[in-house]
Amino acid sequence: MRKELQVAALENGTAIDHIPSEEVFKVVSLLQLQKLTNRITIGNNLSSKKMGTKGIIKIADKFFEEDEINRIALVAPKVNLNIIKNFEVVEKKNVSLPDTITGIVKCNNPKCITNNEPMQTWFHVIDKENVELQCHYCESKIKKEDITLV
Amino acid sequence: MKPKSLVHIGDYDKEDILRILESAKTFKENPNRDLLQRKVCATLFFEPSTRTRLSFETAVNRLRGRIIGFSDAATSSSSKGESLKDTIMMVSNYADLIIMRHYLEGSARYASEISPVPIINAGDGSNQHPTQTLLDLFTIYETQGTLENRTITIVGDLKYGRAVHSLIQGLSHFHPSFNFVTPEELQIPEKYKTFCEEKGIPYKMFSDFSPETINMADILYMTRVQKERFTDLMEYEKVKNVYVLRNIMLKDSKETLKVLHPLPRVKEIDQDVDTNPKAYYFQQAKNGMFVRQAVICDLLGLDVD
Repeated sequence: MRKELQVAALENGTAIDHIPSEEVFKVVSLLQLQKLTNRITIGNNLSSKKMGTKGIIKIADKFFEEDEINRIALVAPKVNLNIIKNFEVVEKKNVSLPDTITGIVKCNNPKCITNNEPMQTWFHVIDKENVELQCHYCESKIKKEDITLV
Repeated sequence: MKPKSLVHIGDYDKEDILRILESAKTFKENPNRDLLQRKVCATLFFEPSTRTRLSFETAVNRLRGRIIGFSDAATSSSSKGESLKDTIMMVSNYADLIIMRHYLEGSARYASEISPVPIINAGDGSNQHPTQTLLDLFTIYETQGTLENRTITIVGDLKYGRAVHSLIQGLSHFHPSFNFVTPEELQIPEKYKTFCEEKGIPYKMFSDFSPETINMADILYMTRVQKERFTDLMEYEKVKNVYVLRNIMLKDSKETLKVLHPLPRVKEIDQDVDTNPKAYYFQQAKNGMFVRQAVICDLLGLDVD
């Protein structure tokens, strides 16, 4: 018997599953989904055996570049990504943090040049496991829970 | 290709440091030379620092270079809202090298990424001041005859002290041991302890400025407890007079001990130390000029021999 889907199936596109409920809208903003005109379905607080509740985002006809996808690891390192073609999952991916992150995270040091000059931020990922970043410019470190997006 | 700049002491490896120190030695022997004839150096001091600026400007003047710039951001177009990028691009049209001090952290790194001419970081907020580190290293090298295997006792503000943090990084190539003597409130940040541990550098922490901490040292590096680094002035008042060196305290110290201080000093070294031959902080400051001559010529690719 076919299991009832909590969110409508996708013909072609990307499904991001197992997003912690509280991070769903951060993922939206990390991927800049608000700027897309594609059909997007967002499900949140869905029941999950593994997680209690979870979020799912399905984006029709959109296949992300590797470095775009890896941004998700900033807030949700354990998501599953399914690439769907013709209603079939053709590829499953996990996300992993890149070595550097430019332009998406804000430096928390008010005296950092990046907060005072029209320029992109630039962070080195110094701990991929626990998600810790270091500003390329002022060298201050940011832990996962203190990350704010630009 | 990007020109070479000096932004961070970590940009220089052991070989670079030793090359600069050897070159500084030749400038100390003969500081008045024509090496910068027909060169223009800009000193952009977005934050005032008379001591550092005079040292750099004297270094250039003694090599017959010309200087343009400003000593206070209020007299530059940054007060009109010009971006750092625009100021750097404009000044690099005129100067062969830019020496900059800025109140924002990371400003020198950014400038070095956009500037077509070399940048020397003369201090970016509480982040880095690499020529201070090089002059400290030069002074240790000069007075001890080596940088290797020295025991350095650092006293005072290890939490906010930029000079101290960079000195630890700069010395890390040379097998030092450290004693950190600080009040509870001004202890060395975790990241520098981790740095020492990763590099296998032994360190001990003391809250008491005891004879032991002085007598085992080759270098006694005193620092000022800086009022401007405190958000809570009550905290400053509590600690400002705790770690003061007096002449009598040096009586059982090593013959070869030298007392250093990045200056300005306030009360942390009593004036009665000044006449002790172990007091070396004024010579240390003077060494800054020779080291800066060496760095400027190195970045401009000039042959100093």
